Amino acid sequence: MKILVTAKRVTDPDMKIKVKPDGTGIVTDGMNYKINPFCEIAVEEALRIREKGNQAEIVVVGIGPKEAATELRTALAMGADRAILVLIDKYYDSTVVAKILKKIVEEEKPDLILTGKQAVDDDSNQASQMLAALLGYPQACFASKIELTDGGKKAKVTREVDGGLETIQVELPAIVSADLRLNEPRYPTVPNILKAKKKPLKEVPVDSLGIDVTPKTEFVKMTEPPTRKAGIKVPDVATLVDKLKNESKVL
Amino acid sequence: MAKVLIIAEHSKGQIKKATLSSVTAANKIGGGFSLVVLGKDVKGVADAYAKFGAEKVFVIDGDVFKNYIAENYAEAVAQLIKAQNFEFVFGSATAFTKDLIPRIAAKFDAGMASEVLAVEVSGSDVVFARPMWAGNAIAHIKITSPVKFATIRATEFDHAKESGAVSPVENFAANVDPAKAKVEYLEFAETKSERPELTEARVVISGGRGAKGPEGFKMIEELADLLNAAIGASRAAVDSGWVPNDLQVGQTGKIVAPELYIACGISGAIQHIAGMKGSKVIVAINKDEEAPIFQVADYGLVADMFKAIPELVSAIKASR
Ligand SMILES: Cc1cc2nc3c(=O)[nH]c(=O)nc-3n(C[C@H](O)[C@H](O)[C@H](O)COP(=O)(O)OP(=O)(O)OC[C@H]3O[C@@H](n4cnc5c(N)ncnc54)[C@H](O)[C@@H]3O)c2cc1C
Repeated sequence: MKILVTAKRVTDPDMKIKVKPDGTGIVTDGMNYKINPFCEIAVEEALRIREKGNQAEIVVVGIGPKEAATELRTALAMGADRAILVLIDKYYDSTVVAKILKKIVEEEKPDLILTGKQAVDDDSNQASQMLAALLGYPQACFASKIELTDGGKKAKVTREVDGGLETIQVELPAIVSADLRLNEPRYPTVPNILKAKKKPLKEVPVDSLGIDVTPKTEFVKMTEPPTRKAGIKVPDVATLVDKLKNESKVL
Repeated sequence: MAKVLIIAEHSKGQIKKATLSSVTAANKIGGGFSLVVLGKDVKGVADAYAKFGAEKVFVIDGDVFKNYIAENYAEAVAQLIKAQNFEFVFGSATAFTKDLIPRIAAKFDAGMASEVLAVEVSGSDVVFARPMWAGNAIAHIKITSPVKFATIRATEFDHAKESGAVSPVENFAANVDPAKAKVEYLEFAETKSERPELTEARVVISGGRGAKGPEGFKMIEELADLLNAAIGASRAAVDSGWVPNDLQVGQTGKIVAPELYIACGISGAIQHIAGMKGSKVIVAINKDEEAPIFQVADYGLVADMFKAIPELVSAIKASR
């Protein structure tokens, strides 16, 4: 089988984000970048599916600037076989991402598409569902467990939903987006990092795909969120209860 | 005809209060709104939703809709949107709408704003404010497609009040072939709890890695019982398997804004703070006085939670 996995380059989730004073975006000086943690989980899951004895080619796809090759190399070092980087340098949104991925899926014809449920930079949580709609494929989003069934023709997926866990079975090809509890991604070993440098990584300029990449959203401005001021430290439980009762009146 | 369609959520025959926040957001747009309720035998829910000023409450009812399957629901709602020419489609940001709404949007080649914090209207211009980077930056965006989709963050909009009138409830016969979906619904393992729902509770008490295990959460439960509180958790506590997954509060879990939030043994990572910083009063109990959680806490108590929580239980009991 063939598994297509996404790997988005995002700002390091542990770094502090500051909005530019002119409101045109965030300050990126000195910023580190990483593979989106949810995509990392998706890559790991593809590897585990293969390690369970399924013959699988694992193709990882990224969309972004040339530098996004770094995150694709991370996925290759984890164990993916080859990478595709769609180069785009203008403003794009989830609708554009879905259209680009649709084109790649049409070319690659994977049996399973694994994605991260959201990217921790834009926090949209849209592209996987949109891609599924464009392809007319089933979707199983927010997955915490994936099991191939019916001789690899279907997948049984447990989804993290409100109020519990839901299990559905989808026919392949399908799109499954990873949630946090799906697995714990491995760290690439040094020999594998070296090996990954030689694995194929194809750059595809977005213009060559022949699709309309006009976003359906327009960026107006970026602002700082309201900040919360630190309050006080209370010396003991008695003072805490007193404050909650008599000052903030929430007890 | 109404401008906005709201996908109304329900559970066990009851309306979901979160949906009423979308009503408030729709009222900011103006031009009227309608609601749609999907499911099997959901006329009762539709009647309950008829009290909030909708132009109409549409019902899409049938065996196909008994269980939520994104493909079927998306197709049905898309047909309704086309039939009624809605310009905006909203739903309050829950696991259900986050899964469903982007799928509908793609059918219209339409843009979408996720987890909307504010709707800014000037003339015919509508700008959506939405969080990025775990809420550390707020993007203001316009949607340029003819139909515009959004999930609404329930904590940022008051629940709409009953309007005094009753909206007409109307059946919409959606033409959906379940065979097309290629999805089989297998089961729902419900997290059973007698407590108020996490996103609706007046008080939330959360535990983190500092709770050290299920025993720590037992202690938290005792306090929660006393305050009729919901229980939440950090990712670390959920990952450890001490509490169910859907109790995770944060950027990638639940967003809560109760009157009182008590964080016990939680360090205050940005991803956690993203989910609770809208709370009215925040209390942090942590034995490390440098823990970042204290930077957002109104009242910080530097203490071992295993000592402080039982003390808190006795002190609250004594003060009543
Ligand atoms: C993609 C991604 C998404 C994420 N999403 C979320 C999310 O939605 N929600 C979330 O919460 N996290 C999320 N995280 C994880 C987040 O970064 C932190 O790792 C997590 O919140 C830490 O949990 P914690 O505070 O319980 O644990 P720790 O950071 O380990 O903190 C434990 C705290 O307990 C205190 N403590 C220990 N013992 C005691 C005691 N006896 N009494 C009192 N205090 C004690 C310690 O001083 C410490 O401050 C995400 C991370 C990533 C990468």
